[in-house]
Amino acid sequence: MIEVNELRVRFGAIEAVKGVSFRVPQGASFGLVGESGSGKSTVLRALSGLNRDWSGDIVIAEKGQGPVRDKDFFRRVQMVFQDPYGSLHPRQTVDRALSEPLLVHGIGDVDARVRRALAEVALPAMLRFRYPHQLSGGQRQRVAIARALMAEPEVLLLDEPTSALDVSVQAEVLNLLSDLQRARNLTYIMVSHNLAVVAHLCSEIGVMQGGEMVELLSADDLRAGRISHPHTKALRALSIELEEPEMAKSA
Amino acid sequence: MQVVVRNLRIAFPSPQGPTEAVRGVSFALGQEKLGIVGESGSGKSLTARSILRLLPRQAQVSAETIEFDGIDVLKANETRMRAIRGKRAGLIMQDPKFSLNPVMTAGQQIAEAWHAHRGGSRKEAKDAAVELLAQVQIRDPKRVADMYPHELSGGMGQRAMIAMMLAPDPELLIADEPTSALDATVQAEILRLIEDLVSRRGMGLILISHDLPLVSHFCDRVLVMYAGRVVEEARAGELARAKHPYTRGLLDCLPSLVQPKPRLAVMRRDPAWLGT
Amino acid sequence: MTPPMSLTREWLLTDAPESRRQAGLGRLYRGWLQFRRNYLAMAGLVAAVFLIIVSLLAPVLSPYDPSAQDLTNRFGPVSAAHWFGTDEVGRDLLTRLLYGGRVTLGMVVAIMVLVAPVGLLVGTVAGYAGGVADRILMRITDVFLAFPRLILALAFVAALRPGITSAIIAIALTAWPPYARLARAETLTIRNADFIAAVRLTGASATRIVMRHIAPLCVSSLIVRVTLDMSGIILTAAGLGFLGMGAQPPMPEWGTMIATTRGQILDAWWVPTIPGVAIFVASLAFNLLGDGLRDVLDPKQG
Repeated sequence: MIEVNELRVRFGAIEAVKGVSFRVPQGASFGLVGESGSGKSTVLRALSGLNRDWSGDIVIAEKGQGPVRDKDFFRRVQMVFQDPYGSLHPRQTVDRALSEPLLVHGIGDVDARVRRALAEVALPAMLRFRYPHQLSGGQRQRVAIARALMAEPEVLLLDEPTSALDVSVQAEVLNLLSDLQRARNLTYIMVSHNLAVVAHLCSEIGVMQGGEMVELLSADDLRAGRISHPHTKALRALSIELEEPEMAKSA
Repeated sequence: MQVVVRNLRIAFPSPQGPTEAVRGVSFALGQEKLGIVGESGSGKSLTARSILRLLPRQAQVSAETIEFDGIDVLKANETRMRAIRGKRAGLIMQDPKFSLNPVMTAGQQIAEAWHAHRGGSRKEAKDAAVELLAQVQIRDPKRVADMYPHELSGGMGQRAMIAMMLAPDPELLIADEPTSALDATVQAEILRLIEDLVSRRGMGLILISHDLPLVSHFCDRVLVMYAGRVVEEARAGELARAKHPYTRGLLDCLPSLVQPKPRLAVMRRDPAWLGT
Repeated sequence: MTPPMSLTREWLLTDAPESRRQAGLGRLYRGWLQFRRNYLAMAGLVAAVFLIIVSLLAPVLSPYDPSAQDLTNRFGPVSAAHWFGTDEVGRDLLTRLLYGGRVTLGMVVAIMVLVAPVGLLVGTVAGYAGGVADRILMRITDVFLAFPRLILALAFVAALRPGITSAIIAIALTAWPPYARLARAETLTIRNADFIAAVRLTGASATRIVMRHIAPLCVSSLIVRVTLDMSGIILTAAGLGFLGMGAQPPMPEWGTMIATTRGQILDAWWVPTIPGVAIFVASLAFNLLGDGLRDVLDPKQG
């Protein structure tokens, strides 16, 4: 479904992504993990078409993609952003935000589709005409997910979708993402710095450091510790150490 | 240095009448590390800030006691509070980009904090600033001292912030979600740094976070807050055996790297937790 | 669910609006409630509305004809027959003030209607497009910004015919650049927001993004700027009138009224002073109104 080959991204003199390659079959979820500055979000933005200065090959649904994408691409590939407080237009109601993709693509039956979208992300209908500042962080993120799904895409790019949410809300959103993937056979690429979250949702994981993909492994391998690269080992060790609340040391 | 808070209540005016954000919170803290954990809206930030009376103007605070080292915080005048804030107790916030002055270099801000509370010459303050930056484990302190906040990474900015707060040699440090904007690796480094500095200087620490396992690693005691009340108080090592369903819920809904869960447990909020 | 035509407070403030209209009206109502709490702003609003209504109703309210001269009663004092006295050719001052308000305030409104949309368009396009288009548009803006307002107005008016139309065009030409800059600055900030990235990801055209998503966010600060600028425009128009370059006699205009009678400031002091007070009140009213609007509309405040 998605094939990336030798992707390179420069910002001025700095090469933020140095030749990254990976493949994601249809219906699968791929995780990109790494520290801040590792280049993982940059890869996602290049894939989404938001960033046009890249070189290499990006093939989505068997079509090679160039720097400028067409409307058909935007119908197939959508993105969910990290910050729920910035991803919705402050002066537009939920209804308007959800209608916009339909209006741009010329899809009819707007009212029914909006109502269905709200139900699909488990948002009560009474939120339909609220403004973003009247919603909680979790509710906004659900709206963002609903918005991404309005034009019935095949691929969802998720940029740290739960990093800014409380853990209980994170659990709900992650469950929602799993359910949606199963129901619609979506392909996910998720970026996160939280290994536990990525391993929960994704079957294949790419580890990035300093702009390079230092390791490609399955979630099972990561859990079991069948790791080759030291950076991955360090990330896993840290995640496990901080995961469990510390047990009382014997006096 | 003892902090004592008894029956703290904080309310905000609203069109429907005053709404209480903190509803009867009590705790005491000595030379130890206390973690306050809760989700957004639980009142954890307000609780900690009330010790320094750093609340928004429209907040209505009432309590039986709020004491900092014997000083009655509720009744103290502004001059007394200013002698406490900064000099005896420091506050670190979440995003250094917003809490550091963007038009001054890191070194200048730390030197100013030093100078304001310790006096001395400009040169002494400058040297002290570089020394503090080294203490917060910045590799090239002289170079970083001349950098502006927007040139610093998130982790370095937080270290500069910590250096600034430690300059007057305070007795208490309040850290309000200091690492929520940082990635996992830097988070751990910063918290270890805070833990180390606090232990070495014999300070008290209040660490506020929404991350329960994280807090349990860096604190001696943990308070869990929900909807303005403390629902559980436990020693850090005993959290895994927590009793209150909300605390258990917080722990259970986390994804785990070692234990795959097909579906994450979702918190069922019992209205009984809201108390009377 | 058909919306009740009774715009009750409850309907407006509901937590669950059932239509876009209800949500939009609710938002306006909430903003109005917040505005209402600011006494100074309300005073400004009341004064501004009063002045506008009174000017519009000038033909109805004036006791006399604005050009009716009475040379036997020049510089007449305040009296029952002439509430504000008479001017240098015996015309009733109250009447002249009311009709003058139409001219002065009318000029200001005309200027604003020209200037704000142009500034908004230039600024948002420059801010969003960036690159060469931005540079060209901003250099054009700089050219107009470089002219001192009054001097350009004078030159323009002198080159054309002195009169209200020329004055309006002249002031408008120098008044629009700050709006373009303001709109551009806002656009530069908004452009990088995630919600704009989300709209770009729908494949929307740049025009749609600028017109439907960015421009509406700039409108608030432009409205605030307009009201705050109004006082300055009133003063500039009055200044032109004072220099004889704006409204031409016998057309009443507050600035001209001061100009032609300023020699009488010591004798018949009310004749130049009263139009001056009118200018002062109008400027202050719009200033207070603008301050109040900024507190309500500016998203950066809290």
